[in-house]
Amino acid sequence: MESVRTKLAYTVPKLTDYSAAALEKAAGECIAACGSEAAEVRSEAELKLFRDRWMARKNGILTQINDLWLKGAPKEAKREAGIRVNELKARITELVEGAHVAGEAGDSLASEQVDISLPGVRRPIGAEHPVMRTWREIVGVFQRLGYSVAEGPVVETDYYNFEALNFPPNHPARDTQDTLFIAGQQAKPQRERLLLRTHTSPVQIRTMEKMRPPIRIVIPGTVHRNDPPDASHSPMFHQIEGLAVDTNITFGDLKGTLDHAMKALFGSSVKTHFRPSFFPFTEPSAELYVTCFICGGSGKRGAEPCRPCKQTGWIEVLGCGMVDPNVFEFVKDNGYDPRTVSGFAFGMGVDRLALLKYGVDDLQLFFQGDVRFLGQFG
Amino acid sequence: MKLSADWIRDFVEISVDDRRLAEDLTNVGIGVEGIIGTGADTVFEVEIGTNRPDAMNHYGVSREAAAVYGVELKALAAFGSSAAAEAADSRGADDAALKRRSSTVALAARGSELPLLAKEARSGAPQTEHPPKTQQAAGFPITVEEPGLCPRFSARVIRGTRIVASPRKIAHRLALLDQRAISNAVDATNYVLWEMGKPTHVFDMDLLEGGRIVVRKARDGETLRTLDGVERKLSSEDLVVCDARKPVGLAGVMGGYDTMITEKTRNIVIESAWWDPGIVRRMSRRHGIHTDASHRFERGADFESTVVSCDLVARMILESGGGGLVGDVVDVVSRPMDQAPVVLRLSEVRRILGEGLDSGEIFQLLKRLGFTLVPEGQGGTQDEAQFRVHIPSWRLDVEREIDVIEEIARLHGYDKFENTLPAYSGAVVELPHAAMDAAFRARALALGYNEAMSLTFISHADAERFESCASFPSAAKAAAPLATGERSAEALRHPKSGSASAAKAAGKSAEMARLKSGPSRSVAGSELGASGFESGASRFAGGSGSGAFRSAAGLEAGASQLMRVLELENPLSEEASVMRTSLAPGMLDMLAWNLNRDVAEARLFEMGSVYGVADGSEDAHVEPRRACLGATAAAVRAALPVGNALDVSKDERAAAAEIFRGFKGDVENLLAAFSGEASYDRETAEYFHPGRSARVLVNGALVGQFGQIHPEVAAARKLRQDVFLAEFDLEALYGLGLRPVKFTPLGKYPAVERDFSFVFEDGIAFEKMRRAVVNLGIEELREFRPVEIFRGGTVAAAKYSVLLRVRFQSAERTLREDEVAQWSGKIVGALAGLGGAQRA
Repeated sequence: MESVRTKLAYTVPKLTDYSAAALEKAAGECIAACGSEAAEVRSEAELKLFRDRWMARKNGILTQINDLWLKGAPKEAKREAGIRVNELKARITELVEGAHVAGEAGDSLASEQVDISLPGVRRPIGAEHPVMRTWREIVGVFQRLGYSVAEGPVVETDYYNFEALNFPPNHPARDTQDTLFIAGQQAKPQRERLLLRTHTSPVQIRTMEKMRPPIRIVIPGTVHRNDPPDASHSPMFHQIEGLAVDTNITFGDLKGTLDHAMKALFGSSVKTHFRPSFFPFTEPSAELYVTCFICGGSGKRGAEPCRPCKQTGWIEVLGCGMVDPNVFEFVKDNGYDPRTVSGFAFGMGVDRLALLKYGVDDLQLFFQGDVRFLGQFG
Repeated sequence: MKLSADWIRDFVEISVDDRRLAEDLTNVGIGVEGIIGTGADTVFEVEIGTNRPDAMNHYGVSREAAAVYGVELKALAAFGSSAAAEAADSRGADDAALKRRSSTVALAARGSELPLLAKEARSGAPQTEHPPKTQQAAGFPITVEEPGLCPRFSARVIRGTRIVASPRKIAHRLALLDQRAISNAVDATNYVLWEMGKPTHVFDMDLLEGGRIVVRKARDGETLRTLDGVERKLSSEDLVVCDARKPVGLAGVMGGYDTMITEKTRNIVIESAWWDPGIVRRMSRRHGIHTDASHRFERGADFESTVVSCDLVARMILESGGGGLVGDVVDVVSRPMDQAPVVLRLSEVRRILGEGLDSGEIFQLLKRLGFTLVPEGQGGTQDEAQFRVHIPSWRLDVEREIDVIEEIARLHGYDKFENTLPAYSGAVVELPHAAMDAAFRARALALGYNEAMSLTFISHADAERFESCASFPSAAKAAAPLATGERSAEALRHPKSGSASAAKAAGKSAEMARLKSGPSRSVAGSELGASGFESGASRFAGGSGSGAFRSAAGLEAGASQLMRVLELENPLSEEASVMRTSLAPGMLDMLAWNLNRDVAEARLFEMGSVYGVADGSEDAHVEPRRACLGATAAAVRAALPVGNALDVSKDERAAAAEIFRGFKGDVENLLAAFSGEASYDRETAEYFHPGRSARVLVNGALVGQFGQIHPEVAAARKLRQDVFLAEFDLEALYGLGLRPVKFTPLGKYPAVERDFSFVFEDGIAFEKMRRAVVNLGIEELREFRPVEIFRGGTVAAAKYSVLLRVRFQSAERTLREDEVAQWSGKIVGALAGLGGAQRA
């Protein structure tokens, strides 16, 4: 207690000079003293002592200041001194009430600190598959354009996969499809033979058989081709098909719709470019290119050549075209007279777009279920 | 396909550089995918659609370039010294006579003078009389017995030539296209094929027996050794070129070995025919030979190119090997090519392409491509304007008005058409299962499972091992009892259903449906009354029946019990030879993939279809949708809440129980998105651990099975850890519908909890206690759950102690001590009735 006493050196001085500067100085010294005494409090007993010394009604420091500074003030300085002393009281009260037991043995909350740099405990959150994520993005864009989602079977008949899409039996265009066939179908007529659909286009026919025009559908689905797996091929992959049929659909509508969709998918700055192509079920047919969303169309990534677009600045994203009248002939009885309706169709490979979009260098990563890969898309 | 830029420039003056040329060609559909080499050796890697055989050669691409730049296309003979028939350029085939012409070119061969091809007047009537036809040239009769399959056969005879190496320029150009030079005669046919796209063939005339050529069907039993040295068995479905005794060539596909050009050859017959595309394709497939010739013939060659190609080959042979032509070209035209003109209406152009092109522009565009347009009709207004369009002989792909419209658009440039957006008056509908797919996926992701995708093929062995279609009924099977009202029979087969108290229990289960919280929720109501079942059934029908393809795919075929696997005719490998019947093998492979890479904690889920044929119907293949969750034991363990174990015994059994419970929690969380109360039994497939797996039934219908994989299955797949799988039949699950979200007022009056400590025989499962307590019918019972389980210590063997907690609450009042005591007494009594001994 004696040692504490020695620290409590502050005594309230008498004031003779009531100038603003002098008041300021005296108040400052008082606050400083209070602050340093507050910091020296080491126990509950000391805290009580400290509180009493400053706040006690009877001869506490604040009471003394009241007596010595205010009552002793000359009349003309009374008002100014009153304001000063009130400010000082407020500050001292604050300091005294904020004081707490400190020091090595004290300050218990500070001693409870944790290492905030340790990693948090993260509950696992699953990640959407990059292909499904891309799938849903694309489908979403067309849904917002007024397209309904349609689906169809993976195991298809020759009729829907080929014949009704204007691939006549024995047509060379069938060779490009590398079809996987279901075994034991030889006894059936060709159009009834089962195969794994090579594209989502059969759903165009299936939908038009069920729904009369106008229609707008977007068709996501799994397709298969007889391609051995490697970094850019898989016997199983995914397509998204679109079809719009109405009495007034033009080639310009095909272009405008896809231009809008590509901007929605890849950013408003991408440009689109259409090149002639061939698909048996569309005429005219086109391939759609967008400015490479990796290099922005420059063909270069820094000093390096841009690989995804083969330095051309353009990436092929889909095939499309105006629905061939021969296709409408197969569903003519349901309102699709090629003389009165027209339409466009398009189809894109989801896996390939996902590869490009996320810069994945091996298609097989999509189908291995490696959580080190999948987790990156969370 | 490789094409030389320099060669293309032989026939057309192009001012732009090769790179720009490539770009401009690409923009009209001659896709230049790559440019190799520089200068005169520049080669374009070209991708040409199957519809454009006319452009699969240099002259054809030159023709496109001429159209693009609006410049003149030179005649084919421009290369070399003499001008072969301008007939090559049959642009402007605007009248029938012109189309049917056969250009006959004579050649004067005198001594050692360089033989010249001179154009002869197209004298005489076109040789287009009716079949069968025999014509004779230089004493070499040619008979076409199959005029339908060989409407045109042209030939020339060269005598006294020598077989030498090709001139350097020829060999070099062929080398640029990766074509090997063989000899001047063979190279000439190859060169002409690449120059103008017309396949031809050369025979050693002295090896043709009987001095004649016959085009006929092969006879069964005949054979032909083709140029590749393979002995081919022929049948009456084959079309062959024969001499007087034997086949010497497979028409349009490959020539014969025994009559081929050798260094001894002195006399040559050059064949250039037009073969029916269908028969060439069939023969090519049947014999498994795909040649540059068959590739072009099966897509349709230029009918008017037979004589020109014959002449070009002849000239090249004569120039390099000497000798002379004998007689005129023989040109047997048995049937003229039917290329009817097409009517093109301006209104139709606008209907398809939109506004923007007037008839003058259309006229010019088509003219540049070799079409001839004759204005037709009154043509008073633009909309009534129409043309009769004559198609050039090399464009067999253009047959209809829409084909002509594509030509207009293509040459005009797709990018020049204005982008527009169509108005739409239809409605937008969602797939019936879209919301449920989204709910299932969202929960699986939230539970920490990564979405995965496995291949849709599995091995035969896996198809047998994971007969999930048999042990885990297909949607068709699950649907059948619902649809036919046989559910009660189905229910009787389940060990835990069909008891005498079923009706009573059904009533109770409805009551228990209010008990929302805790594990008890999921085991409530394994039997649901008829009304609940009915609503389930109708929802099921509504759910999947309205799927666009499901009915077509035969999902509603019904009564089938098993599915047969769908095998592939031409699988990639035995490991991928049948369509998957279950998602389980793919999931196990993916888990193994992770474990084999020292990733111990893996959690995956896949949603996808399985495939099969419903037994009892020949054709109705089905594609029911399934979902599969997979997790390694380490992953499940890592997610268990620390310090919150139910079974606190210090043995392995307790640890296994906790892990199972951890995985079951994920299953319950997924099920909780859907209507209905789940119950569980142990009737899982054989690939599950018999003691640590369960089947899930909701409203009496199977919706899934889950648990630890059988240790033997895990060992066989070399899994380095125990793994857990959950399989869901999404058809059945979605049939239940999403659980409707409904608000229940929060209780205003305090709840009262009571704990009871009991010791039971091991055989008494918690479900028995739960049912006993629920059956007491205490309306204020809100929850009944186990809090702690313990075996060992002071608890006797084959028994366990369990701490049970009940919670009572009323919506109307504060509970009185005496009624709580009364209910507690009843509960203690019910539990004692199960043989339980209450501990102090």
